Amino acid sequence: MSEKKTETVEVEETAQVVNMANLRGGIEYASQWQLMWMRFRKHRLALISMFVVIAFYMVAVFSEFLAPMDPEQPSRTTTYQPPQWIHLFDGSTFAPHVLNFTLTRDPDTLAPTYVLDGSKTYLTLFARGFEYKMLGLFKTDIHLFGPKVNGQRMFVFGSDRLGRDVLSRVIFGARFTLSLGLIGVTLSVTIGILLGGLSGYYGGKVDWVVMRLVEFILSLPTIPIWLAMASALPKDWPPHFQYMAVTVIISLIGWTHLARVVRGRFLAMRGEVFVVAAKLDGCSEGRVIFRHMLPSLASHIIAAVTLAIPSMVLAETSLSFLGLGLQPPAISWGVLLKDAQKISVIANAPWLFMPGVMVVCAVLSLNFFGDGLRDAADPYTH
Amino acid sequence: MVDNVNTSLDTQSSDIILDVRNLKTYFGTGEKAVRAVDDVSFKMMRGKTLCIVGESGSGKSVTARSLLQIVDPPGKILAGQVLYYGKDPKGQDLAKLHERSKEIRSIRGHEISMIFQEPMTSLSPIHTIGNQIMEVILLHQNVDKAEARARAIELLRRVEIPNPAVAIDKYTFEYSGGMRQRAMIAMSLACNPKILIADEPTTALDVTTQAEILALIKELQTSYGMAVLFITHDMGVVAEIADEIGVMQNGKLLEFGSAEKIFYEAQNPYTLQLIDSVRKLETSARAARGSRVTDKKLMEIRGVSKIYPARSTFMGKTNPPFKALDNVSLDVFEGENLGIVGESGSGKTTLGNCIIRVLSCSGGEVLFRMADGRISDLAKAKTHELRQVHREIRMVFQDPFASLNPRMTIGQIVGEPLLVAGTHEGAALRKRVEELLAMVGMPPEGMERYPHAFSGGQRQRIGIARALALNPRLIIADEATSALDVTLRSQVLDLLLDLQDKLNLSFILVSHDIGVIRYFCDRVAVMYKGQVVEHGPAMKICSTPDHPYTKALISAVPGTHPRDKRIVNRHRYDADAQASGIKLGGN
Repeated sequence: MSEKKTETVEVEETAQVVNMANLRGGIEYASQWQLMWMRFRKHRLALISMFVVIAFYMVAVFSEFLAPMDPEQPSRTTTYQPPQWIHLFDGSTFAPHVLNFTLTRDPDTLAPTYVLDGSKTYLTLFARGFEYKMLGLFKTDIHLFGPKVNGQRMFVFGSDRLGRDVLSRVIFGARFTLSLGLIGVTLSVTIGILLGGLSGYYGGKVDWVVMRLVEFILSLPTIPIWLAMASALPKDWPPHFQYMAVTVIISLIGWTHLARVVRGRFLAMRGEVFVVAAKLDGCSEGRVIFRHMLPSLASHIIAAVTLAIPSMVLAETSLSFLGLGLQPPAISWGVLLKDAQKISVIANAPWLFMPGVMVVCAVLSLNFFGDGLRDAADPYTH
Repeated sequence: MVDNVNTSLDTQSSDIILDVRNLKTYFGTGEKAVRAVDDVSFKMMRGKTLCIVGESGSGKSVTARSLLQIVDPPGKILAGQVLYYGKDPKGQDLAKLHERSKEIRSIRGHEISMIFQEPMTSLSPIHTIGNQIMEVILLHQNVDKAEARARAIELLRRVEIPNPAVAIDKYTFEYSGGMRQRAMIAMSLACNPKILIADEPTTALDVTTQAEILALIKELQTSYGMAVLFITHDMGVVAEIADEIGVMQNGKLLEFGSAEKIFYEAQNPYTLQLIDSVRKLETSARAARGSRVTDKKLMEIRGVSKIYPARSTFMGKTNPPFKALDNVSLDVFEGENLGIVGESGSGKTTLGNCIIRVLSCSGGEVLFRMADGRISDLAKAKTHELRQVHREIRMVFQDPFASLNPRMTIGQIVGEPLLVAGTHEGAALRKRVEELLAMVGMPPEGMERYPHAFSGGQRQRIGIARALALNPRLIIADEATSALDVTLRSQVLDLLLDLQDKLNLSFILVSHDIGVIRYFCDRVAVMYKGQVVEHGPAMKICSTPDHPYTKALISAVPGTHPRDKRIVNRHRYDADAQASGIKLGGN
């Protein structure tokens, strides 16, 4: 009741703004989305995060082009090789290169150690490397950067147990992990909007049933449920089957939060006068929901979705980390982190933790981005 | 202040309590700044009431807030002086003080206090009324808690709250709207202020409650000797209480003078327009236009009830069922305008909603004669039949901001019923929408725009166009003009009357505003606590009502003549006293 009253006050203020805008002579009107963008831009952190998120997804789309090495190519002579920094100048001339290591073994303990051997691998932009299909369309072997001579190797983020390039694997991992977040959220949103919308629009018994279902699912301990479902997956499925199965498992739980958000919005909007007006216009229920109510909720739903992606990313990472999500040879950040499970590995090859850093960055920037969107979508927050 | 009446100059300066000179408050800077208060100058006299009147967006509230430097950012006082003669006989410039300085804080609430429109949001819901009043006393005066409490009880008694010793320990939600406003006034009086600023204090209240609050302010003003700055949009209220009047429009003070002068010799065309639009509502447009009421019944409302069933609360108590509508029977004839008037909670909006089946009735019949002669009972109609009826009965809503979908263009909004009914499509639809917009006086270019590009009055016209789309025969207008400024109010009413002449319409107008009812309606039903207490021809009900409640309601409506203060001589109505046979006349 009191909330409704504050809203009318808000409305009156808007009326004043409109009247005052008329005073200025020039009348500028911005659409709802423009207003949202204007508010969003003021949120610095969210704006930066938006660019970070875009960058992450570009990496996921163009993984093959951006990865300098073949992520699957092993080598016995380069296991656990430390990262090689890129030096831009050789002497005083511009010639980007990395300094090469050679594997030697301690004669007494036989422990592998890497020493600089003085040789250099020169790098170039648009280097030729392994062959791939750009966006699945045409074959090429050009990469953003790589060794000048095809076949030479470099490890910017070091290499793993089998001597594979961690940087390239992280780049390929982004594709699986981030797209899984997106697809998982799409599934969750579909279920969430459908059930949340039904629940909020009809209320009463439907609402009761849906909300009890949501509460039941939320009361289940997530990890054991994931584990149970994931362990039911046949291990011999091809990676993309596994991938779809994991997505479905994660979204089966992920929809509940979205359903709650959508239900709340529908409940609030059900009493709005313009919805009553639409009903009196003779609109069918479907039309009222999809034509009149959903467009007003779009911005809120987008914000809620953005906030749901990180939890999907985290879910995938934890599942794969536990060995129950994606299985190698599929590459995802969770799968990569599985290599960093042992303390001895972390101690000897800390660069294997790189995918973890990526997860943190991606989750944080998605969260900030989502927060900014949510604040911008809600005109009554100020 | 009376002892030095030697020279006229002396009298003048000692009578002035506040002197505002060339005040400018802008929102934003540079060319784009919104000039909310633009070069406003006025003087306030000790013990007198100054009313600042204007429509929404005129800058009247910002003016009041500027005096205490509580303008919301980005608003800023750019120039001007606010000379306060309360403490320093030479005058203290409030505009020069820093907004968080000790000096201005000792003025706020202590020397100059303020009451607001919405008493619910100005009072804290989690503290008792007593604690909130005592806080003000303890903050500004050097007294102990027991003394503060005693003073708080005394203040509540002064603002006529019954049984103040008990009421002091109640919470905000236990008070009614009028009592909350009284509590706010008590709080603002806590430190014997020299000036009371009242920003639309009665706008959210019913007309009878408004009359009581106005009388209370008037009475307290004389006993405390305060100056009152009263901000309002309602010329009627101004006529009742003002000694002096300032008329504002677009941030400028257009006219300033004594109440008599403004009301009877106003110079400014805008002031004249304001007064005219109120005086106009004291006449009947239906009589002037010659109404075409037929004796064919369009709708029969037979014993309609709406009962919200008893609910057992968490603690096992059972709240009794609430009768929002109690056996209401009314007829609507073709070509007739029926008014339903009552205060908030009287059930008038519930009745409107039950007639059109936004709410379903608990009992009774709503018989509607369709264009093809069939009679349909809306109270029991099924979805399909209801859709048919909804083409002939349409609704215009109160809030022009909430009733239009913000994500649809005007063309889509007005065209929606046509599109859904399947009568028009494509170019024909467009043409029909243009036609409808032209009918309500809107340019066709508006079609591609979204509702937020229009003002309240324009949006209400769009709402009317939507209602007209399917050639209805009956329109239910639920407080359709209440959210509009006075000058727009009569314009919209005239538009509806014009359309009625052209389109053979009938109206049911639900309103709390007697003026609107008198102007617009042929017949009126007065509602009180879910029942129709009286119904009859509009002119009779609005001038010589029979029922004591109607008498009280009509007499509480502010007039438009400062010489004839009606509120002081109003009738009061007390249902319980009435039932026990005690008559309460004017006081």
